Amino acid sequence: MKKKEFIFIGALLAVSVLLCVYVYVLPHVKYGSIQITVDGELYGTYSLGKDQVIAIGDTNVCEIKNGEVKMTEANCPDHLCMKQPAVGSAGGYIVCLPNKVVIQGEGEGDADPQDSDGGFDAVV
Amino acid sequence: MDQKKTAYLGLFAAIAIIFGYVESLIPFFAGIPGMKLGLANLAVLFVLERYTWKEAALVSLVRIFVVGFLFGNGSSIMYSLAGAALSLAVMVFVKNKVGFGHLGVSVAGGVSHNIGQLMVAIPATHTVGLLYYYAPALMVSGVVTGLLIGVLTREVLKRIP
Repeated sequence: MKKKEFIFIGALLAVSVLLCVYVYVLPHVKYGSIQITVDGELYGTYSLGKDQVIAIGDTNVCEIKNGEVKMTEANCPDHLCMKQPAVGSAGGYIVCLPNKVVIQGEGEGDADPQDSDGGFDAVV
Repeated sequence: MDQKKTAYLGLFAAIAIIFGYVESLIPFFAGIPGMKLGLANLAVLFVLERYTWKEAALVSLVRIFVVGFLFGNGSSIMYSLAGAALSLAVMVFVKNKVGFGHLGVSVAGGVSHNIGQLMVAIPATHTVGLLYYYAPALMVSGVVTGLLIGVLTREVLKRIP
C-alpha cells in the first residue's frame, strides 16, 4: 500500500469513527414523540408514552409499545423497514424507501411549528 | 473487441450478477439500510484494473439491470445506479489522477457508493436528517468492506492471467 493510500484510508476511518461516536454515542436530546411523514408530507405526530398501533396509509403499520416504535407491517418486497431497530427515547429513523415512509424521533422540548395554531400570528 | 476481452467481460458481468444475488441472501444488516459487503464491486474493480472505466461501467450497468429486474424493483435500480455511478466516478478519479492502488480505489469506491445511495434517499423521502443519522455508519462500513474487497481483488488479479 502506498503512503498516500494509507493516509487516506486512515484519515477516512478516523473521521467516520469520530462521526459515529458523535452521532450515536454522545447523549443528545431526549425524544418523547415520533413524527411520521409520507413522501415528505407530515402524516402525524404521536407520543411514545401511549401504546398504540398506527396504520400509515394502506402501505405500512407501526406499533408504539413500551416507549418504542417499530414498523410491524409493510407491503414492500424487501421489508427492510421492519428489520430496522425500534426508535425510542434515543431517537433515530425508520425508513421504508419503496413507500417513502419515514418515522423519526422528535425531541421533547422541540418547538413544533405544527403544534402552535397556524393562524395565531394574524390575530394580533 | 478481441475475443479474450469479450469473454472476460461476459464472465465478470455474470460473476457480478451472481454476487449481487448471493449478497441479497446474506442478512448482513445491522439495522442500517444500505449496509452490505459490496461483493459485486470485486468484478467491477477487476475489469477497471484490466481495461478502462468504459468496460467497468458496462459490466456495472449489465449487473444493475439484470439483478434489478430479477430480484429488485424500479426503486432498487435507481439506488444501485446512483451508488454505482458515483462510486465508479470516484474510483476512476483516485486511480488515474491520484494514483491509488487497489486498496485505496476500493475503499474510495465503497464509501462513495454508500454516499451516492444516501444522496438518492434524501430527495426520495424529503428527509435531510437521514444524512446526519446514516452517513457515519455507512462511511465506516464503506471503509471496512472496501478494504476487504480491495484485498480480494488484489489476490484475484494475481491469480487470473
